[in-house]
Amino acid sequence: MTSTGLYGTYGGRYVPETLVPALDELEAGWRNAQADGSFRAELDALGRTFAGRPTPLTRAERFAPGQRLYLKREDLLHTGAHKLNNALGQAVLARRLGKRRIVAETGAGQHGVATATVCARFGFECVIYMGEEDMRRQRPNVERMELLGAEVRPVGFGTRTLKEATSEAIRDWITNVETTHYLIGSCVGPAPYPEIVRELQSVIGREARAQFEEAEGRLPEIVVACVGGGSNAIGIFAGFVDEPAVRLLGVEAADAASLSTGRAAVLHGARSSVLADEDGQIADAHSISAGLDYPGVGPEHAWLRDTGRAEYVRATDQEALAAFRDLTRLEGIIPALEPAHALARARDLEEDLILVCLSGRGDKDLAEVLSH
Amino acid sequence: MPTTLELDDTGQIHTRGCRLRIDSVNGGKTLAVYLMSGATTPELAAAAVEGGADLVELGFPFSDPLADGPVIRRAAERALAEGMRTRACLACLARTRELVPDTPLVPMTYAALLEAYGWERFAADVRAAGATSLIVADLPAGERPELRRIQLVAPTSTDERLRVAAEQSDGWLYLVTLTGTTGARTDLSPALAGLVARARAVTDLPLYAGFGISTPGHAQAAAQLADGIVVGSRVVEVADEGPDALRAYVRSLREAVDAVVPAS
Repeated sequence: MTSTGLYGTYGGRYVPETLVPALDELEAGWRNAQADGSFRAELDALGRTFAGRPTPLTRAERFAPGQRLYLKREDLLHTGAHKLNNALGQAVLARRLGKRRIVAETGAGQHGVATATVCARFGFECVIYMGEEDMRRQRPNVERMELLGAEVRPVGFGTRTLKEATSEAIRDWITNVETTHYLIGSCVGPAPYPEIVRELQSVIGREARAQFEEAEGRLPEIVVACVGGGSNAIGIFAGFVDEPAVRLLGVEAADAASLSTGRAAVLHGARSSVLADEDGQIADAHSISAGLDYPGVGPEHAWLRDTGRAEYVRATDQEALAAFRDLTRLEGIIPALEPAHALARARDLEEDLILVCLSGRGDKDLAEVLSH
Repeated sequence: MPTTLELDDTGQIHTRGCRLRIDSVNGGKTLAVYLMSGATTPELAAAAVEGGADLVELGFPFSDPLADGPVIRRAAERALAEGMRTRACLACLARTRELVPDTPLVPMTYAALLEAYGWERFAADVRAAGATSLIVADLPAGERPELRRIQLVAPTSTDERLRVAAEQSDGWLYLVTLTGTTGARTDLSPALAGLVARARAVTDLPLYAGFGISTPGHAQAAAQLADGIVVGSRVVEVADEGPDALRAYVRSLREAVDAVVPAS
């Protein structure tokens, strides 16, 4: 594989030839943007004035009474989840590349809403692919996307969830590559996407580190985040990965645990740790939370696992539901079901000083939770 | 049909890099068809060859085929549901080889299958089962150059990438006619002529055009421009109607391709 875009043996660009020039153009545009001070300045300004950064760090006193557990409040970001950090950055990038149309996939709908939001703000045409099953269980987000002016295209084959939505978004991009930017929602996909998404989400980790040090006078002992594709986790981990004394813990949904139970395979343009069979055929994932219901994961997480820098564990649907209810009743914060998985494992921990990424709020999950 | 046979390092006879020019009978244009591996594929391949196909691509199905539109995607789902995993596809390839001993056979699949099977082991085992070469739809030129395979190029490919792909391609260059996935279209892509011209400028390899070719009219127009054509989705659809229907359809493509007036 080429030397760029690799995390150990993971990552790469497993895409049809049609996309290679677009990925080359994206990579060049990204490097150009990184070297341009005005890009960073524009993102910082959008973060502050549009998105609501910095998000607070909240001590959860009643949820974990024996621990000093802090929540990084990405649920308070505009649109209700961390996804906007990435959508804003890629929207600016797309504008710099001269694209006028955006295509994206979405699972829970948070990335779809974030994408529709930036498209409204920047004046892009917006098409979002979403599995029919996800549309059913995250209805409010579908309505929000449409209100924002996006076209939501249902994907009705296969598992009818995020995996197929991602494949259809990529097929759309292949077909419309000259006019269209593919605004991927997580740190997955062909290079340079995993790196771009990590860098755009790393604001979470940078802020959280400074806030934690201010609150406690030292770094946390452990940082915990839920992992679907892995973007909120990679973002918060980025603030601490260079501090070996800080443990990094990713929590996957028990039946979508690509890192705990998967194997090396190729999905959506990257080699990573995937729920796949011995022939390389991709298996079905299952989770009560649409955002974790994905059989793959970002290649950097696979590498962090293999090098021992990060550990990955699981939480069941039931454990997530219990943590959802407890945070709601004990802290007055309704989390999304995705970070409820992180919360479930966080309160089991031996450590005292814990930082959890609360990647989104749970309005979208009310119907699902109330039906259980 | 005249072909160039050679012995490779392991003493196996195979058609050299799939290079196939049918000079005397058919006017020099190659007709390639694509079939999804399955229980009846060997017989269907034989019917296609009887109808005039010069080369058969055999799809090894993958659960998430990014380059494929709905027809081939659904064919892959059915094939997987029928148990066409890698080993079964190799067996299908071997049976097809028995039925059409002189026809180049080219498995076409995705990187995930090679990653799971072992890259070198897959390449060796397909050749042992009778494959002439290999196509990996999501392994672009420049990646794993040691894996001998037929490279695809697209209208979006830069001239430099055309050059690299041609240098690395095993016998012929697969020109994807359009910016998109597999599947029938109403008209032949207007992007093909330009891609042929740019590819000609950097290589002497045979250029076979595929994606979006379904009618005899498309076939003739594409064969006018390139050295051959590949028909996929429409062949897969007609194959569902059985070998006789397939043979007749392929014959209609053959006649269209043979009606091309050769450039002087």
